[in-house]
Formats: sequence, structure tokens, C-alpha cells
Amino acid sequence: MPGRLEPESVPRRDFLGLAGLWSAGLAILGSIAGMARLPKPRVLPETSSQFRIGRATDFAPGTVRVIGEQNVRVIGTNEGVAAMSLVCTHLGCIVSEEGGGFGCPCHGSKFDVAGNVVGGPAPAPLKWLDVSASADGSLVVDKGRSVAPGTYFKLA
Amino acid sequence: MASGLETFIANVKALPRTFRESAVRHGAPTSDRTRSQAVFGNLFLHIHATRTHPHSLKLTSTWALGVSLVSQYAILLATGVLLMVYYKPSIETAYDSIKDLHYVVPTGRYIRNIHRWAAHMMVATCILHMARVFYTASYKPPREFNWVMGMFLFVMTLLFSFTGYLLPWDQLAYWAITIGANIAASPNELAEALGLPKAFYLGDLIKEVLLGGSTVGQEALIRFYVLHIAVLPLVFTAGLGVHMWRIRKDGGIARPDGNPTAASKGVGSMAPQKATTSSELTKTYGLMAVVPDKSAHTGQHTDETVPTWPYLFRAELLVFMVTLVICVMLGLLFDAPLTELANPNVPENPAKAPWYFLGLQELVSYSAFVGGVVIPTIVILGLALIPYLDREPDPPGKWFGWAHEKYVGRASLVYGAVAAILSVAIPVRFGWLRNWFPEIPQIAIILINPGSLLTIAYALWSLFILKRTGSTRLGAVALFTCFLVGFVILTYVGTYLRGPNWDFYWSRSQWPTH
Repeated sequence: MPGRLEPESVPRRDFLGLAGLWSAGLAILGSIAGMARLPKPRVLPETSSQFRIGRATDFAPGTVRVIGEQNVRVIGTNEGVAAMSLVCTHLGCIVSEEGGGFGCPCHGSKFDVAGNVVGGPAPAPLKWLDVSASADGSLVVDKGRSVAPGTYFKLA
Repeated sequence: MASGLETFIANVKALPRTFRESAVRHGAPTSDRTRSQAVFGNLFLHIHATRTHPHSLKLTSTWALGVSLVSQYAILLATGVLLMVYYKPSIETAYDSIKDLHYVVPTGRYIRNIHRWAAHMMVATCILHMARVFYTASYKPPREFNWVMGMFLFVMTLLFSFTGYLLPWDQLAYWAITIGANIAASPNELAEALGLPKAFYLGDLIKEVLLGGSTVGQEALIRFYVLHIAVLPLVFTAGLGVHMWRIRKDGGIARPDGNPTAASKGVGSMAPQKATTSSELTKTYGLMAVVPDKSAHTGQHTDETVPTWPYLFRAELLVFMVTLVICVMLGLLFDAPLTELANPNVPENPAKAPWYFLGLQELVSYSAFVGGVVIPTIVILGLALIPYLDREPDPPGKWFGWAHEKYVGRASLVYGAVAAILSVAIPVRFGWLRNWFPEIPQIAIILINPGSLLTIAYALWSLFILKRTGSTRLGAVALFTCFLVGFVILTYVGTYLRGPNWDFYWSRSQWPTH
């Protein structure tokens, strides 16, 4: 008698039909998943995030240099050298100096000279970037690595 | 018995006739009956019913907005294909190819202008079309789903505009898309404010898939190009087909007392709902309907409809011609803008999106995530669900047909305008949370801003009207009117009252000069 322990057998025809239907469904789902993988790049087609800014001696205390093509501002102080990104943390416009700090032209975010938010919609301070010395003694800024605000690269 | 040669010559002589007969499947469209057959049997015409109700033909029923939209879409397809002949989707050549189109290519300048004007008109007409359908209560059953399809097509229209915007690769394009892509990535803002680990930074994934990189570059240009010329046209055309198909299947353009009867629902009958006495008169006619011809004898029953050919076709042709004339005139008179070549180091100041996104930009200037993602999603979902939340038997197809609708509409207009103006004026005059409490946590800045408060104010007003009047239709009228007036006011502020650094200026002449 059919029951929980001995369920009614599925006719072979139904079984084969259902198996065919499910395998077709799975194959289509698998293909879609495979296709969806394509648009997410494995390697970002970009130039290196690291770039040289010159020798340590170029950044005596009091030096301020804006590296326009990288959207980075480098300062030299008694504590060392620091680099700050000029890309607004709101929606990616480039901030410019205004009134002793920075202002964003797109949606009016305001930052102080250290990059802290003082007004507008920006959700985070401007990024401070990693500064290091390469083997030949020139300084390298890495836009891909941000550091805590107030981090200076000590000159030897 | 004719020889083989004679038969052959006779066949050659008959060729024009036999070929025509094989192609069109029906006789010459000389009578109502053959014209109906033509509408019924032709792939391109059969999206129409064979008969049309005079109410659908009246200008004031629809203001011809739907047919205008189809006309604009057709113009955009034709001009778009022509632009593709010269446009090169590469960051080295895109800008130059647009310059070539403007200065060198024969008629290229006008084709591009017309493409741009038709695109702007399409966004505006979409909103007007939506307002027409709403205020005539034409989303009522059985047309709920077609309202949702309309919302889908509206979103697709905005995506068309957004993707097309990048293609000239000028300053405006570059910065508008940088902002847009960062809005798409703004769920990061919430993850950051909540201190979630990197795995929750959904925005990075969205941005990588959208741009193919972390900044707008060659990969982004080709992706937007593919979306603009292949993906969106396919999706939109299919959606448009469904939208028009459902007009037919839901019984044509909504009209008072014109809902399909139970018997005819689903076959596109145009038969009016009328009190009838005999069973013979309740007979409804699907598909071919009744035509005044010798063959179809229907006794005393008079159908109120008129033949689609010529009445509807004539109206459609007129609307298409008017749309075309407007596009061509605008294209001849006003050039589509092209700013300097894209420069990733110096943004435009102010960097403004096209007008229909400036209301959004106004919201984004408070918070990227709430203004750019949360509020638009709520608005689109809220509008799309209206037909399911308001199911009162409002007579469809009649302007302001529900009791007190005009009064509630006017009150909502005033309320919506005042709330929108306050949402701009208070931050401009008194500043906002960060000015008052400099140490306030970021999550509060993100969630409590003039845009989110405005949205809540509109929702509360709609609920208030709903409670006060006990009518879901009036609640929907309050909500929709607030949305419309809020959209118009924020768009106006973004367009005319915002200057450099998104600061407030009463007029452009007050902008600081450099």
C-alpha cells in the first residue's frame, strides 16, 4: 500500500519529463549566472595608484603643492610630509581652496584645511593618502591607500 | 487549352496584382469592412482595435500625450541610428566625432539637435502623460498593471537620458556621470556611517559593474554606449509593446461607463456598458466588432464606435506630424550644448545635470544616499502602487471625476508648494544640523535632512486627507499632487536659483565672477 514509508511510485514518463524540465531550468539559470559574471571586471583598467612627487628636499616645512593631474595636495611641515586627496567624499567632484579650507563646486560641501567636514552633505573627511619613500629616495604617494588624518611621513 | 507560354505571359501581366494580394491578405481598403480587415490582419496595424470609441478621439480625453510619446520615441530611434553612423565611442574620439557631427556632417547638427530635443520632450511628456492618466483616474481596474508598465517606461526613459548624457564626453557629461555613478555607489555612505565591515560596501560593486572601473573612463563610456544603443532600446521597445497591448486588452482608452463587461473582458471589446432588456442586445462583439456593411446584419443594435481606419489613424498621423514639426523647429532654432572636452581634474562650477535631474540634485545636495537612492525609490514605488492601494470605483476617463477631487487637489497644491519652498528656504536662511550641532553623528545628517522631511511631510498629508475624507482616491490625489508640485519647485530651484558651489542666488547676475 502507498504511504509515507512506501510512497506511490512516480510513473517513469512523469519522472523523465520532470527531470528534463528541471535540468533545462537549472541550465538556463546557470547560464544567466555565468553571463552576469562578465560585466564585473577582474582587473580594473587603470593607471597605477602610486606616483612619485619628487625628492624629500622639495618639501621643506611650509611647502604646499597641488598635483593637479592626480587631484592630490601635498604639504610639507615640521612633522613631515602629508598628502590629501582633493576628491570630494560626497559625489566625487574635485574640491578647490576657498576661505582657508576647501569647497566643492557640485553640492557645496565645505572642508577645513585638514579636510574635516564643516558644512554640506559630505559624509566623511577628505582622504589623507599614504606617503612613502622609494628605493631611490623620491617620495611616493599611493592614492589607493588612505591613512588616518594627521599622519605625516617623517623625513630622515 | 492555353500553351505554357501564354500562361506564363498572363502570370507576368498579373504579377502586380497577385503580388499585392499575397502581401496584404485582404482586398483594397475601400469599405469599412475591408478597412477593418486591414487593421485586424496587418502586423503593424493590429495593435489597434478595429473600432474606436469617439471618447478616445476627443483631444481633451488624453491630450494626445501617449501618441506624442510614441512619435518622440520613433523620432529618437531614427535620429539615433543616424548619429551612430558617425559617433565613435572612445574617449579619444567621442568628443571630436560630436564636433564633426555639428560642423562637418551634412545635416548632422540638426539631427543631433532634434535627437536632443525629442529626448527632453519625451521626459516632459512622460510626466504630463502620467498626470493625465492619474487625474482622469484611468489607472482603476482593470488598468492597474498598465500604470505599473507606464512607471517602468518612465524609469527607462530617465535611464535613456542618463546614459545618452555621457556620450559627447564633454565637461558636462563627465561630471554629471561621475556624480550619477557615485549616487549609485552611495549605499557605501550608510555602511560607513554604521561602521560596517568592507564586505557590506555594496556601492563599490555597483560602481564597478556600472563603470567598469573606479572612475569614469573608457570602460564607462563603452558600457553607457551599449546600454544606450542596444540594451535600453530592446527593453523599452518590448515594454512599449506590452503597454500598448494592455491598452487594447484592458478595453481601450479609459472612458466613463466604458469598462469592458465580464463577457468581453480580455478580448478588447469596445462595446459600451448599457442597460439592455433582451438577451440579444447584451451580445458583445470582440475583435472584428460590427461594421455597417451588407454582410454583418445585427438588427437594432447600434454600436457607438467609429472605424479605426480612418478616424484614429488620421488623428495619430496629425499628432505625429505636430510632434515632428515641434522637434524640427526646436532643432533648427536651438543647438544642443557641447561644453569643453572632459577634464577629470577640474569640475564645472556649478556642475548641473539636465533639468529633469535637478530636483534630484537638490535632494542629493543634502545626502547622497537618502536623496539619491532612498527617496527616489520610495517615490517610484509609491507612485507605482497607487492603483493597488486605491481601488475605489472612481469613474475612469473623466477629469477630476471623484467628489471633492478638485478641492483636495488645490489644497494639496498649496500645501505641497509651501512645504517644498520651506524645505529649500530654511536651510538657505538658517543652515542645517551640521551648522547647529557641529559634533552631530553622520547617521543623523544622512537620515534627517530637508529632503527626507519633505517626503515625510507629503506622506503625512496624504494620510491626513485619507483619514479626514475616508477616501483612498482623495489620499492618492493628495500624494500625487504633492509629488508633482514638489518636483516642479525643486527642479526650478535647481535650475535657476543654484549657482557656484550649489549656493543660493536669486539670479544668475549675482553669481561671483572669477
